[in-house]
Amino acid sequence: MNSISKTRERLLKRELSCAELTEMYLAAARRENGDLSAYTLITDEEARRAAAEVDARLARGEKLPPLAGIPFVLKDNISTKDIKTTCASRMLEDYVPIYDAFVWSGLKEQGAVMCGKGNMDEFAMGSTCETSYFGGAKNPHDLTRVAGGSSGGAASAVAGGVAVYGIGSDTGGSIRQPASFCGLVGLKPTYGAVSRNGLIAYASSFDQIGPITTCVEDAATVFDAICRKDPADMTSRGAERVSGRLHSDVRGLRVGVAKEFFENLPAEIASAMERALDFYKRAGAELVEIAFPMLRYCLPVYYILACAEASSNLGRYDGLRYGHRAETFDDLDDLICRTRSEGFGQEVRRRIILGTYVLSAGYYDAYYNKAQALRRTIKNRFREIFTKCDLLLTPTVPVTALKCGAGLSPVETYQTDICTVSVNIAGLPAVSVPCGFDGAGLPVGMQLIGDKFTEARILSAALAFESGTGGAYLKDSGRGVSL
Amino acid sequence: MVIGLETHVELATKTKIFCSCSTEFGGEPNTHCCPVCTGQPGSLPVMNERVVEYAVTAGLATNCQVNRVSKMDRKHYVYPDLPKAYQISQYDVPICEHGYIELDSGKKVRITRIHMEEDAGKLVHLGEEILIDYNRGGVPLIEIVTEPDIRSGEEAVEYLEKLQGIMRTAGVSDCRMQEGSLRCDVNLSLRRAGTEELGTRTEVKNLNSFTAVLTAINYEAQRQRDILEKGGHVVQETLHFDSDTGTTVNMRGKENADDYRYFPEPDIINIVLRQDALERLKARLPEMPAQKCRRYVGELGVAEADAKLLSKYKAVSDYFERAAAMTESPRTAAAFMVTQMFSRITTEAERESWDPPVTSEMLGELLKLLDGGKVSRNVAKRVFDEMLDTGKPCTAFLSKEDLEGLDEAALTSMCRDAIAQNEKSVSDYKAGKEKAIKAILGSVMRASRGRANAIEAERILKELLNG
Repeated sequence: MNSISKTRERLLKRELSCAELTEMYLAAARRENGDLSAYTLITDEEARRAAAEVDARLARGEKLPPLAGIPFVLKDNISTKDIKTTCASRMLEDYVPIYDAFVWSGLKEQGAVMCGKGNMDEFAMGSTCETSYFGGAKNPHDLTRVAGGSSGGAASAVAGGVAVYGIGSDTGGSIRQPASFCGLVGLKPTYGAVSRNGLIAYASSFDQIGPITTCVEDAATVFDAICRKDPADMTSRGAERVSGRLHSDVRGLRVGVAKEFFENLPAEIASAMERALDFYKRAGAELVEIAFPMLRYCLPVYYILACAEASSNLGRYDGLRYGHRAETFDDLDDLICRTRSEGFGQEVRRRIILGTYVLSAGYYDAYYNKAQALRRTIKNRFREIFTKCDLLLTPTVPVTALKCGAGLSPVETYQTDICTVSVNIAGLPAVSVPCGFDGAGLPVGMQLIGDKFTEARILSAALAFESGTGGAYLKDSGRGVSL
Repeated sequence: MVIGLETHVELATKTKIFCSCSTEFGGEPNTHCCPVCTGQPGSLPVMNERVVEYAVTAGLATNCQVNRVSKMDRKHYVYPDLPKAYQISQYDVPICEHGYIELDSGKKVRITRIHMEEDAGKLVHLGEEILIDYNRGGVPLIEIVTEPDIRSGEEAVEYLEKLQGIMRTAGVSDCRMQEGSLRCDVNLSLRRAGTEELGTRTEVKNLNSFTAVLTAINYEAQRQRDILEKGGHVVQETLHFDSDTGTTVNMRGKENADDYRYFPEPDIINIVLRQDALERLKARLPEMPAQKCRRYVGELGVAEADAKLLSKYKAVSDYFERAAAMTESPRTAAAFMVTQMFSRITTEAERESWDPPVTSEMLGELLKLLDGGKVSRNVAKRVFDEMLDTGKPCTAFLSKEDLEGLDEAALTSMCRDAIAQNEKSVSDYKAGKEKAIKAILGSVMRASRGRANAIEAERILKELLNG
């Protein structure tokens, strides 16, 4: 696995051209994608165009932005003009956006080299990547295991060495959970730090774009490159750059521990958490016990509100303007009905129906309004928590990477999101950092949750752990490009 | 008859409510479009601040309370002209509430709420095919909802005319019904005179002319009356008005109630109106027709009927005020305009655009002569008619004689002639019928071709007859 800084160094020292680097990644992507299904599309042409531009800038002796020339994977729900953006759905199998997402156009300007679009759960709805219309991305550490979801393709590509970093999106854990499954760093920024303009919406008040990287420093670099305020997204506020502000001194840092997050953990994950807490304590941080009884409400609140928004956001796919259209139909209603039945997979249909139900007259108060009220309570509770501690340490996922086709029921699958959804409910930043392995050698991740716009603080704590443990929890899959 | 109106008014912003596409009427289909107003995946709405300002101005102009914090909501329904399958509108916290519009009778039609929303696209039927034009999609609208305070079709039309005048004066909309920038839905029910309980109502959608509103109300009231008198029940339904037949017909096949599944629009942050911004909008609010009318009567002494006509359209009131400023008698300026101009400029459309051949300055010059006693009222009237015929200034029609008027000797001589020619009236007058003098005076006026000062002439006549 290669980091951004290491790759950049090779480019700047002119040890290898960006074109050569890009060809290595494109070739590796082609070679590995059969196993990994990390990419829904490999974008050779775009990658070569960007690489040539970077080489020209290098030749002119220009100063390059931090991400210039670095091959990466962009989740396939982020709009790329003239390049297919499928959301891993039959509905958008051939959809080509007419405009660029804000994040993508910013990266392009900085000379980023997109190798392809990252596989994902269909419309980002899932925790295994297995709801992808194209088949789920595999875990590079064990191909019989899932890469996680929904940004499984990005995690698989980065852990599989076929992208240096990935851009994912996180609605209920979709960056952190696959990062945890694949032994990577995944940052879900504060809601509003990164523009959602061009991100194909799943649940608008939860969605946030963020990086999946091999190390904490890279997460900071990518975050800085994408966290600009966008006038075209009213909820975007931008954020202060974090790169120059990271440190690994945790003395006096108040690390909150809420026992609710640690209940019913498998022994290997529990002991990894113990070790992590012990590390912080020994490094001079203060462990603060926190009560978070609201945790039991987080899953229902998340699934009610996210599905409600999803049912609204996905109403536009009717086959009239873009996307899949049923071939035979009787009338307009029938056309729309058939198009949606054919175009959406089972999980997407389930969430649309669930969301429509909770917003329907007669059920609205019992579900939607109650969940909204609880959302406010949860936000307030977090505000209180962050007066007592500087960040919360929790497991990222209460399990390690699941077997492909494990056949969990929807509810069992939803339950694996227990540690991550509260962060999206409250719009907070959180980072998942590798902190151990299970008996099968699969990565375990811990999550550091901070108050709004404290990315620098949680990343610093993550960096302290990463450097303090000497990279003991990084694991190379042995795949892809090795520089 | 109990009526409530829901009126959609298209705001006069240059750009759409959530994107920077043009709102211009017409244009090749789908040329005023972008990812936002065609609902492309991933696109996000950005609130046009002018829309908020216009909506607040509309509320202030109709005596509403303005909600300093309001929000947008999603209203869901499936129709091809609605590209996101939801309309961004306002549900439980509209921008303005609790206003009213006062009718001439002094009755106040209460306004429940004014909210902002986006317009949908337009379906174009082309033979078998149906095409969609999204140019209109995302054009900003306000919906103005009244309480069920209206009791007749005439009141409904008067309310709409007043509303139209207010919106135009406030500059928030041109309210052109033929272009769809003012559209009206009528909610109507009947109840027995003297009872309070509301009957079952029906809703007639999308009426786009005052005539249609009046016809639809009268038709629908009669239809409901027929049902009720036969002992039947009115079905709550949504109706379409067929302007060809003048009847209402059921619009939707299914009778199940719509469920719009409103929820707060997560892509748009709360709309917060700062106190100073509100104050600025208040200060900028122009005088409304009703206020203007009161001022014309109260301060300028204009006859009430004239004031109503003159305050209705901005172009007319501007014209009047310019002319009135040049004369000592605004009342006369008003009377001249109403009697001589309004009899020529008869349609509402013409009055609204108000493009008379005579400028307000030309009228003012004429009125100045009248003020100074240089011409008599009758001469002024005649000259004004000639000015309106030709577009020439008053000096073109006034002789030296006209301007100088008649001296005492000439007038006395004319009076003597008139007395000699009106024996019958003279004897009637002398017999005590004082009114008979008017006939003799008329004769003087005719002989002088209106140049004579009637008051002066009457004084001289009396002196001659009594002396």
